[in-house]
Amino acid sequence: MKIIVPVKRVVDYNVKIRIKADQSGVELTNVKMSLNPFDEIAVEEAVRMKEKGLAKEVVVVTIGPAVAQDVLRTSMAIGADRGILITTPLPTDLGGLEPLSVAKLLKSIVLKEQPNLVIMGKQSIDDDSNQTGQMLAALLNWPQATFASKIDVNDSKTTATITREIDGGLDVVACALPAIVTTDLRLNTPRYASLPNIMKAKQKPLETIDSGSLGVDTSPRLKMVGLTDPPKRAGGIKVASVDELIAKLKTDAKVI
Amino acid sequence: MPVYKAPLETMRFVLNDVLNVSQLSQLPGYEQATPDLMESILAEGSKFCEEVLFPLNQSGDQEGCHFDNGQVTTPKGFKEAYASYTQGGWTSLSADPVYGGMGMPHLWNLVFMEMICSSNMSFGMYPGLSEGAYRAILHHGSEDLKKTYLPKMITGEWAGTMCLTEPHCGTDLGLIRTKAIPNGQGQYEITGTKIFISAGDHDLTDNIIHLVLAKLPDAPEGAKGISLFIVPKFLVDTHAANHVTCGSIEHKMGIKASATCVMNFDTSIGWLVGEPNKGLKAMFTMMNAARLGVGMQGLGLAEVAWQNGFSYARDRLQMRALDGTKYPDKPADPILVHPDVRKMLLTSKAFCEGARALSYWVGLHLDIAEKHPDSIKRQEADDLVALLTPIIKAYQTDMGFEIANLAIQIHGGHGYIREYGVEQYARDARIAMIYEGTNGIQALDLVGRKMSQNYGRLLRRFFHPVLEFMTQYQEDETLGKLVVPLSKAFTKLQQATIQIGLKSLKDPNEAGAASTDFLRLFALVAVGFMWIKMAKVAQDKLIAGDTDKTEFYQSKIKTARFFIERMLPEAESRYRMIMAGAEPLMSMTESEFIA
Ligand SMILES: Cc1cc2nc3c(=O)[nH]c(=O)nc-3n(C[C@H](O)[C@H](O)[C@H](O)COP(=O)(O)OP(=O)(O)OC[C@H]3O[C@@H](n4cnc5c(N)ncnc54)[C@H](O)[C@@H]3O)c2cc1C
Repeated sequence: MKIIVPVKRVVDYNVKIRIKADQSGVELTNVKMSLNPFDEIAVEEAVRMKEKGLAKEVVVVTIGPAVAQDVLRTSMAIGADRGILITTPLPTDLGGLEPLSVAKLLKSIVLKEQPNLVIMGKQSIDDDSNQTGQMLAALLNWPQATFASKIDVNDSKTTATITREIDGGLDVVACALPAIVTTDLRLNTPRYASLPNIMKAKQKPLETIDSGSLGVDTSPRLKMVGLTDPPKRAGGIKVASVDELIAKLKTDAKVI
Repeated sequence: MPVYKAPLETMRFVLNDVLNVSQLSQLPGYEQATPDLMESILAEGSKFCEEVLFPLNQSGDQEGCHFDNGQVTTPKGFKEAYASYTQGGWTSLSADPVYGGMGMPHLWNLVFMEMICSSNMSFGMYPGLSEGAYRAILHHGSEDLKKTYLPKMITGEWAGTMCLTEPHCGTDLGLIRTKAIPNGQGQYEITGTKIFISAGDHDLTDNIIHLVLAKLPDAPEGAKGISLFIVPKFLVDTHAANHVTCGSIEHKMGIKASATCVMNFDTSIGWLVGEPNKGLKAMFTMMNAARLGVGMQGLGLAEVAWQNGFSYARDRLQMRALDGTKYPDKPADPILVHPDVRKMLLTSKAFCEGARALSYWVGLHLDIAEKHPDSIKRQEADDLVALLTPIIKAYQTDMGFEIANLAIQIHGGHGYIREYGVEQYARDARIAMIYEGTNGIQALDLVGRKMSQNYGRLLRRFFHPVLEFMTQYQEDETLGKLVVPLSKAFTKLQQATIQIGLKSLKDPNEAGAASTDFLRLFALVAVGFMWIKMAKVAQDKLIAGDTDKTEFYQSKIKTARFFIERMLPEAESRYRMIMAGAEPLMSMTESEFIA
């Protein structure tokens, strides 16, 4: 079985983001970037399948500038076998390459690589779109199982049973392979890469493809009007009685 | 809750821009040590320190180690953290590939050590001591001993210790009483009591390999009669217990999660390492590395302490700025506006970044000394390391405590309370001034040995590049302003060197009396030199138009100015104290002391 894991380089989850003065996006100069946490979980899951003998090869793909290859190396240090970097001149966060374009670029890689399974993060923490996996499944006409907290591939590797996290609880679905699975936080806890594996990762093959050569129209369909901080929370008030509370909920907050 | 983020940005600046560490990969044996690999190791290493080790620091301090029925247990979480540390391969980072190490530069290990000490100094003691023992065996053990012990010490399956101190002797190891009697089969029976043995017993590994100083029956008196032995807790071939027992653990001021043990050896089987009676010498060859490691403890604790001081100073609102309110919408201004708080923070920042540059510079020379194809270059690098090691050990640990103390002061009363975690840094930092040779002994090493060694050859390794640099830049429009005060301090250092040399020929107490002030004077010049080098790089970057990081480079230039203008002047007072000589110290009679 071959598994493809798309990964993205995003602002590190520890960074307190700042919005650019001209509201054109999030300030990224000198900001720590790292592997999107949901994608890290996806890589970990794929590598575990490989360690269990379920998968033969794990291929990681990223779309971004040349420096984005560091997330491929990080993924290979976790245990992925090789990496594909699709270079693009567009930014990959808000106002740049859109989920649909990403899904189309990934589709061309999937068609070329013919994997049995694509495991990817349910969303990237920069724009939180939560769309790419779903779109990729639709473009390929493959089954999809989103927000996975457990993935069981059957012995013949033709179907998988996925436990999904939904608002009301857990949803268990079965699907035929190949399929797209997107990961939720509780699927696994990614390991710390070991030194020998970090060193091995340097030697693993990394192919670079120019996005222009894939024949995909990546021109934006959305226009970003502006980006602002959420309004500061105003201080609360104390109400004297239940009646006053109900009145305020009716007249001020207009929620009841 | 305290915070720690590895200062990767300034680490990279020192490593890549100031020291150009990419040169390491040109050294034979270091072909793989490329900058991008270093980057991955920094990233993964810092993640491990921040996420695994740091969260155990406060809890480890509060819980401490346990001693029950002769067994030591480390605090909750340490065993798991150690397992994940060894699984990550961190114990093998710069160990010899012949025995299973990764063979990466010592400098990288030093950088990683800084992060470990910032995140959890107590934890760092366990692999730190193992590394010391590993090194002693690597450099002095027979091939047989190396094959037997090194591979599992490198993987971290076995730990190690250094057993030197006894109840009646710490500094003066010539007095030790532990005995080694040949058993007629090529081994020795070791009997005696060692105290204060870090990591002497614990639950992290299957076996503990003790390196023990002991005396052979016919040994000469004093330091020339000491031999070094390997004494495993369990014998390697039979797994039998080797009569090595932990008598108790100490209750102490800091590093509470590091077990400090009384170790009893009772006819325990030992193997001689190196030659008979040359044990102390063997210890000393690996001491440089261990002392640099302790210097990193000082730096590491200073770094984490000041990070917390800074974040507190930004948040804590007290009083208004002297020159008018800065934050009218808040009930008071953050204490960061107050000049005295700034002074404490800048002292911390200037120390940490300056000492980091100095340590990494020496770390780089550790690698050049080992790997350079040219024997002259190797010798030069080795000289520089030998000269600066006592300075790094003593200055950085003195300052580690001082900066931790400042962090408490910045926190006010909250600094004295456990919850904020900064008082722990001061308690932890205090020991580093004492062990691995007290700071007083470091100063004696500098004035007594390093200064005069090979007719001052070691000194020239430092004096020449400094002089060259200053001559080159004293006319420079911006740098000149920094270079002039440094060259004044440098002149004082040279004068002090000559004076101490001359005076101590007549009276050896002169060297002793000047030693700690001289070490500080030397350290100030060395760190001042590093700061001007950093300012130079920052200035070049600004001129080259590296505008993404303008603020970063400006910060370096301003911190360099702070160091030169507000910290380097201490060199002047130290010089005057040195010049006052031994007389004021030695003229007091014993009874006058209490008169
Ligand atoms: C927490 C902890 C961990 C330790 N870990 C280890 C370990 O793992 N292995 C180990 O072997 N030991 C260890 N030690 C022991 C430590 O190395 C010694 O305490 C240290 O070397 C000082 O020895 P001492 O305590 O006997 O002090 P002393 O030697 O009695 O010194 C007392 C004072 O006199 C000064 N002094 C002594 N001689 C001179 C001189 N000639 N000139 C000027 N000043 C002098 C010293 O600088 C010091 O200020 C540890 C100690 C502690 C507290």
